[in-house]
Amino acid sequence: MARALINVPAKAKRGEVIEIKTLISHNMETGFRPDNTGKPVPRDIITEFVCKYNGEEIFRAELFPAISANPFLTFFTIATESGTLNFEWTGDNGFSASESANITVE
Amino acid sequence: MTNDHDMLQATRRRFLIDTAALAGATGIGLSLATGPASATPASMRAAIRKVVGEASIKKGRLKIDLPPLIENGNAVALTVTAESPMTADNHVKAIHVFTEKNPQPNVISVQFGPRAGRAMFSTRIRLADSQKVIAIAQMNDGSFWSDEIEVIVTLAACLEGV
Repeated sequence: MARALINVPAKAKRGEVIEIKTLISHNMETGFRPDNTGKPVPRDIITEFVCKYNGEEIFRAELFPAISANPFLTFFTIATESGTLNFEWTGDNGFSASESANITVE
Repeated sequence: MTNDHDMLQATRRRFLIDTAALAGATGIGLSLATGPASATPASMRAAIRKVVGEASIKKGRLKIDLPPLIENGNAVALTVTAESPMTADNHVKAIHVFTEKNPQPNVISVQFGPRAGRAMFSTRIRLADSQKVIAIAQMNDGSFWSDEIEVIVTLAACLEGV
């Protein structure tokens, strides 16, 4: 299981725009680098990231080999209600990771 | 004597033709051997067309934030911001980022909804060369807006061996 870091404010006012930061450990092998025999190292990247707020999708990203190792993403959402944010990463070779964070909206 | 001279002329011509052909062949060989294929402006245009279709792309309403001089192309902070009120009837649906000279033109495609609050995201990208980076935003009314930025990269990303 890849290590993931999530930064979501624990508390927010209703209607406030909050910033969400995510980071996951993954070496994002591009598939373009040759190994010491000259053959390219097979591609192994995270291809998709989805964030859901109480089950409703708020942000989705399709990643390509041009994304740096340990993909870092920040984005925004409106704090509408207390609940859970779910984060899901999927990628090559059956890679899958998920994480969640709670938020209290006043 | 004249015969000999003709002979000589012929072989000389032959020689010149052969060397020219050889030079051409090695030239092609060399251009094939220069590492992985990289996305050319044409393939970037093709990738953009694949996303946009036949719609026209207007300049503006979008801003790419990328340092103009990059020392290390392996991790470059990229922020893209679109101007939009982000309401249910006027919001940014998606932002796509493309490069001209990376091995593949696509960099990232993100999808927003009115729930996003702000049409903005940040990430870290790889850049293989000094090149042009283009971002395209797709609005919910079907219009496309773009911004482009020219960057200089001193240490290229990801093409060297392991």
